[in-house]
This record gives sequence, C-alpha cells and structure tokens, in this order.
Amino acid sequence: MPWDRNQMAARAADELEDGWYVNLGIGIPTLVANYVGDKDITLQSENGMLGMGPFPFEGDEDPDLINAGKQTITELSRTSYFDSAQSFGMIRGGKIAAAILGAMEVAENGDLANWMIPGKLVKGMGGAMDLVAGVGRVIVVMDHANKHGVSKVLKECTLPLTGKGVVDRIITNLGVLDVVEGGLKIVELADGVSEDELRAATEAKIVD
Amino acid sequence: MKKVYGSADEALDGLLSDGMLIAAGGFGLCGIPELLIDAIVKSGAKDLTVASNNAGVDGFGLGKLLDTRQIKKMMSSYVGENAEFMRQYLSGELELEFNPQGTLAERMRAGGCGIPGFYTKTGVGTVIAEGKDVKQFGGEDYIMEEGIFADLSIVKAWKADDTGNLIFRKTARNFNPPAAMCGKICVAEVEEIVPRGSLDPDHIHLPGIYVHRLIQGEHEKRIEQRTVRKREEA
Repeated sequence: MPWDRNQMAARAADELEDGWYVNLGIGIPTLVANYVGDKDITLQSENGMLGMGPFPFEGDEDPDLINAGKQTITELSRTSYFDSAQSFGMIRGGKIAAAILGAMEVAENGDLANWMIPGKLVKGMGGAMDLVAGVGRVIVVMDHANKHGVSKVLKECTLPLTGKGVVDRIITNLGVLDVVEGGLKIVELADGVSEDELRAATEAKIVD
Repeated sequence: MKKVYGSADEALDGLLSDGMLIAAGGFGLCGIPELLIDAIVKSGAKDLTVASNNAGVDGFGLGKLLDTRQIKKMMSSYVGENAEFMRQYLSGELELEFNPQGTLAERMRAGGCGIPGFYTKTGVGTVIAEGKDVKQFGGEDYIMEEGIFADLSIVKAWKADDTGNLIFRKTARNFNPPAAMCGKICVAEVEEIVPRGSLDPDHIHLPGIYVHRLIQGEHEKRIEQRTVRKREEA
C-alpha cells in the first residue's frame, strides 16, 4: 500500500531535527506539525512569526494573529513577531533549517514548479521563491503522479519554475528520493511498494 | 510639529495625486490601513500604482479601490482572493507586477534605507529573473532588484504616541514597517494614540521619524479564513 497523506506527513516529520526552525507549506506539509513528537521544532510563518501555535478555540480568534495561509492561529510561550523584511531576511539568510513544501512538478536536477500553470488563474508565488532559494533544506511532499496518473517526478519541469536546482529530497506516496549528481537516488520505498513500481512511476532518471 | 490629524480625509489632504505610487502595509486583510484606503476611495485619486503584498478582497481593503477602478497597477506577491481583481486583470484593465514576497518586502526596506538596488538569489532561473541584471558572488548567481521609493505610504499600527512612534500587534506588523519606511510621506492609522512618554522607548517597533501624519480610528479588522478547534479537543 502506498503511503496516505498522513503517512507522508509522518515520514516528512522524520526529516526534522531537534532544535530546527522550520517553514511548512500549505496542504500535506501542514500536517507535518502533527508528527514532530518530542522534538523541539519551532515553526515559522513567513508573514512574521516564529513559534506558530494551533488553531484557536472557537471564540478566541484574533484578527491580528494569522498564518501565511491567512488562517487564524495562536501563539506559544516561545513566540516572537517581526516584520516581513526581517522574516524573509531570516529565510534568505539561511537561518530557517528546512522548508517542507508541496509541488506540481519536480525534476531530476532539483528544479521545482509549484506556483503557476500557464493559461490557468495565476495567483502568485507568495513567499515560495524566497523559501526555496534561502532555506537550508528543501523537502518536497507530494503525490508521485497527478490525478491523470502522469508522473510529477520528471526529467525536466514543464511548468514555470519556482526555483532552479533547489530541491534536496522528495517524499511521495511511493517513497523517498534524493536529488544527487546525475539524477535521483532512491532512499526508501513506501510500505508494500516495490523498486520496480517506483521506477515505473518515475519519469526522472534514477541513479544508484 | 503636529502629526495627529482628526480624520483620514484630513490626514491625506494635499498628499494625493493621480498616477502616484503608494506603498501599503498589510498581509491579506491583517494589519491593513482600512481607514486610509476608504479615504483614498473618497478622494477619487486615480491611475494609482499600489505596492502591497495582496490586493484585498471584493469590497474590502484594496478591493474597494479596485471596485472604483482607481488602481492602474499592482505590485504584489499573491492576489486573486478577489473576483473583481481577476476580472480587471484578465481583461487587461489592470497591470500586475508579481514580486516574490521577500523581494517585495526587501525592495520596500531598501528604498527606505536609501538603497536603490540589491542582489538576491530569490527567483534566479525563473521568469522573475527575466530582464534583470545577473551577477555572481562566490560562484553563485544573484539577480538585481530595485528599491521601491513610494510617493506615499499608508500603514496600520496598534498604538502610537503623538510623535508618531509606532507599536504593532502580533502578525499585523507584517509589511507595515517596510512600507512605512519607503514613502516620501507616511500616514499611519492606529487604534490608540497616547501622549508622548506613555510608551516604553525600548518597545517602539517603528520610530516616529518614519511617520509624518497620524490618525486614530475604529477598525473592522475582518478575518479572511476563520479556523478554529473545538474546546473538547483540549
């Protein structure tokens, strides 16, 4: 059985090390927060907060306290606030250890596309280009194929890029792949997924 | 010099002109200068270029200035929570310059610091880099981005003293300090103005040197995505 959304999030949480400051993207990456366990992880919200807490209880929503997805959230005892220039200063400056992001396409050279589909409604890149250019490690969590069954792990991205050669590790429903010299290297297979299945589902070059 | 004005209309008197560049604070609907936006709507100033991370929603925030067709161009990182915005953009009535969020913030900060350009790794190898100067530092490519020098800044803070020293609250700080810094003139709206000496000087987030005019008012502070958890989950 390939991993489901929660299993992918749990696997992504294993990537995080005690003491790290981390930025989580929207979608499956958001679920990673549920699986960090006892590790001391501080979540950054790029609109100007370190130490992002869970959603508020009903009635406790504060319009001055939202995350980068514009959702109401809460603060923690460790929380600090700052402006957007400083927020992206810490991102660009490499102070954020890792970003876990969703993707539309990833290529074997680490190119990432996750902000724009030509001809469709383009809402903008938000902070994604800054994050992938700046943070220590870029970990992509996504389904291995799109809803038409076409591989999202490609030789070359077809969509406009968010960043060039920026991805370090890819976690999909089928397993874990690293971007290495010459292509992708299989790090781990999801439970019950064979190496042949993973290779067959991957357009990108897999190297040993 | 008196910085405190009685209303948003009075605070903007003589500052607005057609075709000007306005830098606005706020992220989504959080920490937006809603009273000053309303006053700009009333003024009828048009052909505005607005540098703001987002463009509001239909009928609120910068969405009001879109409804009245007063904005010619937006410089933003994320838009489209707004049907009227997309309609004007797709029909070619509205220009849009996408900026990566951190690049937009730094362009404002740089402008406010007298820095006309800087190099960043953000956007290298993407459409954002097209037409921009590329320079290598330490063997890696960086692209040049220009500082933003706005004609007018409009920002929202939580508290101010009468000299314009500002304190923000939680994530409502966001783009407000860099937006305030990059304008020739900055007008701030706050929830409370207190007499000088009432704020701890060590707790000022933005010194009053950046703030020229100031108003106090009531804010709607609309929530864009209300997300909660149930009490019993505690």
